[in-house]
Amino acid sequence: MSLLSVRDLKVSIGAIEVLKGLSFDVSEGKILGLIGESGSGKSMTALSLMQLLPKGSLCAGEARIQGQNLLDLPERVLCDLRGSEIGMVFQEPMTALNPLQTIGDQVAESLVMHEGMGWRAARLAAREVLRKVELPPEAFPPERYPHELSGGQRQRVVIAIAIACGPKLLIADEPTTALDVTTQAQILDLLARLVREEGMGLILISHDLAVVSNIADDIAIMRHGEIVEAGCTSDVFANMRHPYTQQLFEASAHQPPEVSLPEPEALLKVRGLTCVYTRRGSLFQKPVETRAVKDVSFDLFAGESLGLVGESGSGKSTLSRAILGLQPVRSGSITLADRPIDGMKTHRDIRADLQVVFQDPYGSFNPRHRVERLVAEPFWLLDAAPQGQERRDRVTEALEAVGLKADDAQRFPHEFSGGQRQRIAIARALIIRPKLIILDEAVSALDVSIRAQILDLLADLRGRFGLSYLFITHDLHVVRSVTDRVMVMKAGQIVEQGETADVFASPAHPYTTALIEAAPVLRRTA
Amino acid sequence: MMLRYALTRFVSLFLSLAVASVVIFLCIEIVPGDPASAMLGINASPETLAALRAELGLDQPKLLRYFDWVTGMLRGDLGISYTYRAPVAEIVADRIWVSFPLAVFALILSTAIAFPAGIWAARRRGSFGDTALMGLTQLGVAIPNFWFAVILVLIFAINLRWFSAGGFVGWDAGVFAALKSLTLPAIALALPQAAILTRVMRSSVIETLDADFMRTARAKGLSAAQAVRRHALRNALIPVLTIIGLQFSFLLAGGIIIENVFFLPGLGRLIFQAIAQRDLIVVESVVMLLVFAVIVVTFLVDLAYAWVDPRLRQRS
Repeated sequence: MSLLSVRDLKVSIGAIEVLKGLSFDVSEGKILGLIGESGSGKSMTALSLMQLLPKGSLCAGEARIQGQNLLDLPERVLCDLRGSEIGMVFQEPMTALNPLQTIGDQVAESLVMHEGMGWRAARLAAREVLRKVELPPEAFPPERYPHELSGGQRQRVVIAIAIACGPKLLIADEPTTALDVTTQAQILDLLARLVREEGMGLILISHDLAVVSNIADDIAIMRHGEIVEAGCTSDVFANMRHPYTQQLFEASAHQPPEVSLPEPEALLKVRGLTCVYTRRGSLFQKPVETRAVKDVSFDLFAGESLGLVGESGSGKSTLSRAILGLQPVRSGSITLADRPIDGMKTHRDIRADLQVVFQDPYGSFNPRHRVERLVAEPFWLLDAAPQGQERRDRVTEALEAVGLKADDAQRFPHEFSGGQRQRIAIARALIIRPKLIILDEAVSALDVSIRAQILDLLADLRGRFGLSYLFITHDLHVVRSVTDRVMVMKAGQIVEQGETADVFASPAHPYTTALIEAAPVLRRTA
Repeated sequence: MMLRYALTRFVSLFLSLAVASVVIFLCIEIVPGDPASAMLGINASPETLAALRAELGLDQPKLLRYFDWVTGMLRGDLGISYTYRAPVAEIVADRIWVSFPLAVFALILSTAIAFPAGIWAARRRGSFGDTALMGLTQLGVAIPNFWFAVILVLIFAINLRWFSAGGFVGWDAGVFAALKSLTLPAIALALPQAAILTRVMRSSVIETLDADFMRTARAKGLSAAQAVRRHALRNALIPVLTIIGLQFSFLLAGGIIIENVFFLPGLGRLIFQAIAQRDLIVVESVVMLLVFAVIVVTFLVDLAYAWVDPRLRQRS
């Protein structure tokens, strides 16, 4: 029986139509996967079901849950429904909880609101709800505050808030996008179990085909505010009637062309590297030391693409900062083409051989500068920086190398899309022709089809300019498709390294096995 | 946790006071010649000068004088005022019963205006009401408080005759009468402060209204108003507390002009007159007292932070 039935749902914000007549059903105890790239209208769908759309949006059509049309109900009735009949889980567990309230109280608040409980009774009941999401009160006292929990644990609390009053429908908007692969797998398991045990209907919204394909009963693929293909998961994957479905599928399993390797010659040598963070307490406390990177050694060969994978907190970022000369080193050495990298004392010439591209290029661009100035920034590393016409030519050359146009130099970063901004960031890294580019989660924030284009671009540039890459990522799929060798990092140490294909085929370390198993895999017939 | 945080804050309070006392003592020492010659001016005869020096204990070594001063303060002995010929502690005690209630009064008024106004504007961000209110606060920040004071006197004292134009009846005349004579000065002090605080409150609330946890609260079934009350306010309070702390210090020490406009016998006028008459003993003691008040207020704000924000309790 259909629990929620949506017919011809339309939403417009001002003159822009964001949802163009969606129709779908969700049944009790079933999972509907809603898939689309950013801007496809997935989140708008969720917010219109909750009737929490941004101000000034207009909503038309029908969304019936138990006979009532959600779009017609007055705000007072909607407040009763939200949290009691419909629960929602959001993307950002780090910020979705009130930092000033204990997790127990945040769960209890739902019960006070809807079940007419007093706070004392609600707090007791909240303990059991937290147990249900695998945060037993013995190990995770409800008196804790959100900052005392990890991202995955916080997401469990958000889920507990959503399911506290036993809703019939749960909407999860990208619930695992911000989490590590192993945590992602646990959260997905938890959601699937709750759906089974509580008989809820779940709308699982994601940009990641692989995440959804493994647990959804039905899927609907969205693009530009429309559902282009929908049906039973196995049917959709088996047939792929719509070209966009096919395109999405291919893009997420994308394999850029191979690059032939030149003779191996160690470009970057890291020997016995240890990095330490010291946290100073107050005047009278002993400083606390955390060893973020412990005795790490490896080589990166000229022209090679080396992957570095690990979960957040494994020390990847500290290691990359040390290689960039932005992090003091406790012991050990780093050399680039036999010249030492030594924290902030690193010589300008060495820095010129080393560039970096980050996850969020927008955050690393000064929004008030034009692209020309942004791309030309690394020139200060050169003793004889090109001026005037030569400088403009170099900027044009770099922009064209990454598939942008010469006139783009005069535009501002906000005028570009996410994928284009990442191209600008790559152009900036390329312009002084470095030997090594560190790609720190450089494609993680991009939609699959854009990601495929950027990976192609990187492969092409590597062949043309003889670049080496250090690919730092938590996305095993990227590592598998674009790196020659891979290193797996855990708790500050490299626990496994080798040829990428070998490591994936027969992982030696149990942690690598766990990582590979946790990563969602896209199969043609699910 | 909370206790340990409070203890560490207390130690830093103590250190700040010690440093402040040394700085104030040295400042007075730096005055060309010595306090005695500064007080008496250039025409004083050497005999009077020597007599005053002995009276003030200036013939003692510096270190000893510093310790006498500090231990004196700890005992509540602030020395004898040269111009008033009375113990400084007594003069200050009289005055503080005007300045302190005035500052508290003004602070209560300014928060009572700013909190609702800031929240109201934040929830109607971009509307006509919000724009109009922000325009008003812009004026409030720009107009000096003594101008408000003069306007208030014109309207409420001279035309309407609701309040007296100045002076303080004293607490002996009854709490109501005393508060009444402090009302106009408190309003004049509070208005510019309220304008600043409204703007801070508004931007702080707007920031928390956009926070992800507010969306979680709405998804939980809280109405917009409930979500603001239960989740936004406490979060919005954190930056506002800092401003309130700074404002209180300013109100306590900075009421000089307002106290003069309204002829109030407060600390501000005392220090103003003491400087004019070169009564350095009074200046030294009152400045130390104000520094003490500011540091104590900062300490209380620190404690309030920890009370509001659990993340701070843990960090210490």
